[in-house]
Amino acid sequence: MTTVRIPPTLREQTGGEATISASGETVRELLDDLTGRFPALRDRIYAEGELARFVNVYVGGEDVRTKDGLETPVGDGSTVILLPAMAGGC
Amino acid sequence: MAAKSVLELVGNTPLVELTRLSPKPGIRLFAKLEGQNPTGSLKDRIALAMVETAEASGELEPGRELLEPTSGNTGISLAMVARVKGYSLTCVMPENATEERKRLLKLMGAKIVLSPADQGTNGSVQAALELAGRESQYYMPFQYANDANPRAHYEGTGAEIVGELDRVDVLVAGLGTGGTLMGAGARVREAFPDAVIAAAEPLPGDPVIGLRSLEDGYVPPILDVAKLDRKLLVTNTESVAAVRALLDEEAIFAGISSGAVVHAARKLASELDDGVVVCILADGGWKYLSASFWAAEDVEAAMETSIWW
Repeated sequence: MTTVRIPPTLREQTGGEATISASGETVRELLDDLTGRFPALRDRIYAEGELARFVNVYVGGEDVRTKDGLETPVGDGSTVILLPAMAGGC
Repeated sequence: MAAKSVLELVGNTPLVELTRLSPKPGIRLFAKLEGQNPTGSLKDRIALAMVETAEASGELEPGRELLEPTSGNTGISLAMVARVKGYSLTCVMPENATEERKRLLKLMGAKIVLSPADQGTNGSVQAALELAGRESQYYMPFQYANDANPRAHYEGTGAEIVGELDRVDVLVAGLGTGGTLMGAGARVREAFPDAVIAAAEPLPGDPVIGLRSLEDGYVPPILDVAKLDRKLLVTNTESVAAVRALLDEEAIFAGISSGAVVHAARKLASELDDGVVVCILADGGWKYLSASFWAAEDVEAAMETSIWW
């Protein structure tokens, strides 16, 4: 199982849960498991079958967009973090 | 020869080897000290470039006023450029920005408009866009969407690194607007095609992410994530630990994002047997001295309500 950290901006869709255990060998499988159980998440995370522009997903602390995207493998016991894209650069 | 104004002192920052922080003997770790720009950060480069580009295109004329959403460094740099060139400047920033920054901006002649703390930088961007749309005297350089930002790092930061080193395997910089990584990254990759361009970004605390919806998310138009090879989250605790390590081991006092960059650089370096790893340290630690985390037992709790870079 993988621990998925849910940002405050998505907790309305998870019944307030901040961390959820999910299973899957890739990010896509993992998110499918998650959105299967919390269907309201689907429209927030995906846009036309791909990751929505303002959603960042990290596996082992690295953005999957610089890895293999939704096909990025997720090791058993790893942590996946979902974050909204935010402006930095003070 | 003496410079004719402080603007001539922007750029050409020193590169120093971090011999004690290198994780293994085969790795040469270098830091580019952007804190040694005139106002203490790499934003001097882009402020000067954005203003001079707008002057050259005719968009910025005498009588117009500069406006920018910025919680500090970019505003301080724009204030320097505005003072020397005779423009007035208004900065929009979250109300919880550090006191040094507000005070320094006021001392340098900038006007300050505060946006809600709980909306962070995104809130400042929105407020500034609205103000610029409403009042036509404002010219907004807008570092998030201004090509002069990455170009300043292509022609300056990146070119300087390439000129000083005959090998670069990894370049690490903090991810904010994306300007440093896009500009310096492109220049380094031209000279060293196999170089890994890596971003260090902050893991924000829940209070910063707040209760906003994902639709309020923001990806700077100048940032193309596809041009990054690696993008690493760094926690506030890890960043502060690395800032302290820079002080303890190398006697370099750098800002929070520099801690994140050094943390990420050491992690990436440990994946290599040998090579040259370059860190861009965006600013010095001076503007963070009033922050409470230096003495805090729980660094995350002390830092989770603010965006630090």
